[in-house]
Amino acid sequence: MSVIAPETMETVYSYPQSLTEKPTHYCPGCTHGIAHRLVAEALDELGLRERTVMVAPVGCSVFAYAYFNTDACEAAHGRAPAMATGIKRVDPDNIVVTYQGDGDLAAIGSADIMHVAARGDNITTIFVNNAIYGMTGGQMAPTTLPGQKTTSSPMGRNVDMTGMPIRMSEVLATLPGSAYIVRRSLHDVKHIRKAKKAILTALKVQQAGLGFSMVELLSSCPTNWGIQPVDALQWVEEHMVPYFPLGDYKIADGVADL
Amino acid sequence: MSKELLKGNVAIAEAALRAGLQAYFGYPITPQTELLEHLSKRMIELDRVFLQAESEVAAINMVYGAACTGVRVMSSSSSPGVSLMQEGLSYIAGSELPCVIVDIMRGGPGLGNILPSQGDYFQVTRSAGHGDYRPIVLAPASVQEAIDFTVLAFDLADKYRHLVLVVADGLIGLMMEPCELPPFQPVRTTRPDWALTGADERERNVITSIYLKGEEMEGYNIKTQERLATIRATEQRWVEHLTDDCDLLIVGYGTAGRIAYTAIDEARSKGLRVGLLRPQTLYPFPEQRVAELAEQVERLLVVEMNAGQMLEDVKLAVAGRAPVDFFGRMGGMVPMPDEIVSAIDESFAKMAQPA
Repeated sequence: MSVIAPETMETVYSYPQSLTEKPTHYCPGCTHGIAHRLVAEALDELGLRERTVMVAPVGCSVFAYAYFNTDACEAAHGRAPAMATGIKRVDPDNIVVTYQGDGDLAAIGSADIMHVAARGDNITTIFVNNAIYGMTGGQMAPTTLPGQKTTSSPMGRNVDMTGMPIRMSEVLATLPGSAYIVRRSLHDVKHIRKAKKAILTALKVQQAGLGFSMVELLSSCPTNWGIQPVDALQWVEEHMVPYFPLGDYKIADGVADL
Repeated sequence: MSKELLKGNVAIAEAALRAGLQAYFGYPITPQTELLEHLSKRMIELDRVFLQAESEVAAINMVYGAACTGVRVMSSSSSPGVSLMQEGLSYIAGSELPCVIVDIMRGGPGLGNILPSQGDYFQVTRSAGHGDYRPIVLAPASVQEAIDFTVLAFDLADKYRHLVLVVADGLIGLMMEPCELPPFQPVRTTRPDWALTGADERERNVITSIYLKGEEMEGYNIKTQERLATIRATEQRWVEHLTDDCDLLIVGYGTAGRIAYTAIDEARSKGLRVGLLRPQTLYPFPEQRVAELAEQVERLLVVEMNAGQMLEDVKLAVAGRAPVDFFGRMGGMVPMPDEIVSAIDESFAKMAQPA
């Protein structure tokens, strides 16, 4: 699939090699599709597709293995980092990427992600944070904002009962094995471009063997938030960004030289 | 090769290494820790993958990942740790990946104790995690057999693309015995065509255990059951002792089966014709031979270090052909030969009673 400029016959847009042409199952307005495309473009641009193994999570992106045109596997809920460790330790020259949501990474898989970072395993994690459990129909996640209504916090998240949302990038940045930990957002084009750049850097960090890299992507879930897609993008900017500030949380020595 | 005096856990570790183990992931737990400790040194010496995980949950998922790359991979643990691995074992089975897990069983339930037990027979033979399948289960009764079965486990895992458990009680893990290690097999340099090694000049490979459509999931189940039918038909393993003329057949595995030899000698010296069938595979259970022998003997006696778990498989195989008695010790207590002799006496007393 590609778009060709009629005047020059130059290809101005084409489907990334690193994506299959299978239509995704994501809801209208969901930003998973954008995140997938950014990862695929980055793999293409760095010429990594042929030696990449993607590890899909449990959650909305459970079928990521069907969309990335690379070798891929499907982990148990939360265990993608451990599985990635097993793959990477055997084949350190291959590029291993986990793609995980906030329930998968920040709740059930919190120990796994902590220790993959603590060990400084040379893997890259794409962390899609949309502040809710999507696949199971909109329950409260560890990243759900105070007062946010979900199907398991119908009166709004009560932080007296459940505590405050976890800021995973800030937590993981404290670990010496983390080489590159940044938070970006997918709510508008400008931020999408910044996210793409971060994903490229994260993969280069892995190529250079500098340690654990993670790009957290603030994302929208119009279906489970119960609002229109455009409003959902605005909600990311107005409600998520203030609690989950965008920025670079860990830039280890050597990353700037990549 | 000459004989060496080796502890069971160390012998298993060294045997795995010699069978071409390429990656090991584990977590310390008594009574299997020496296995992990031995590999922490030897795997690094040989430039292979060793990693101590943060939990058994992580260890089994690292095994899952490494198994996806098509190398020989193993973990080891003991009962509570194997409980934590159940989810991963199920995923590995659902993904049809070869791998070997060693379970050095201890007393339970709960935290239990660190004494030798066979309390996890159901856990290992019934499915090991959720879902509708069975792993292959090998049960050594000596350090030598633990070595031999570790090598066999890798071969069976590769042959069937199936999960293989080597299951021994803590006594086998901690006991030192003279034994002979196998020669070093070269580490495999090629990978199977299904392995996740990067889709370079080939179609991409995908490994999952997800089949959303009922028909597809059932297709997996049918394929697995067909494979298990082959395994049942070809891989039943056991040894027999004095079964030609016995009136009472003891069925026992691992340490319990081994202690039965001493008890049988004593019973024979009293003129009681007792024999032994010692299963070496718990799955597939040697059901055909047990059924045949049930036709010949008056009675059976199952001896286990639990409340009677293999007993159910024996009864299924016997299918009413003869009465089946049971003697077991629990909680990490190991039966003494004279206790088994008493159980033998009781079985003979029942034979003497009119039906």
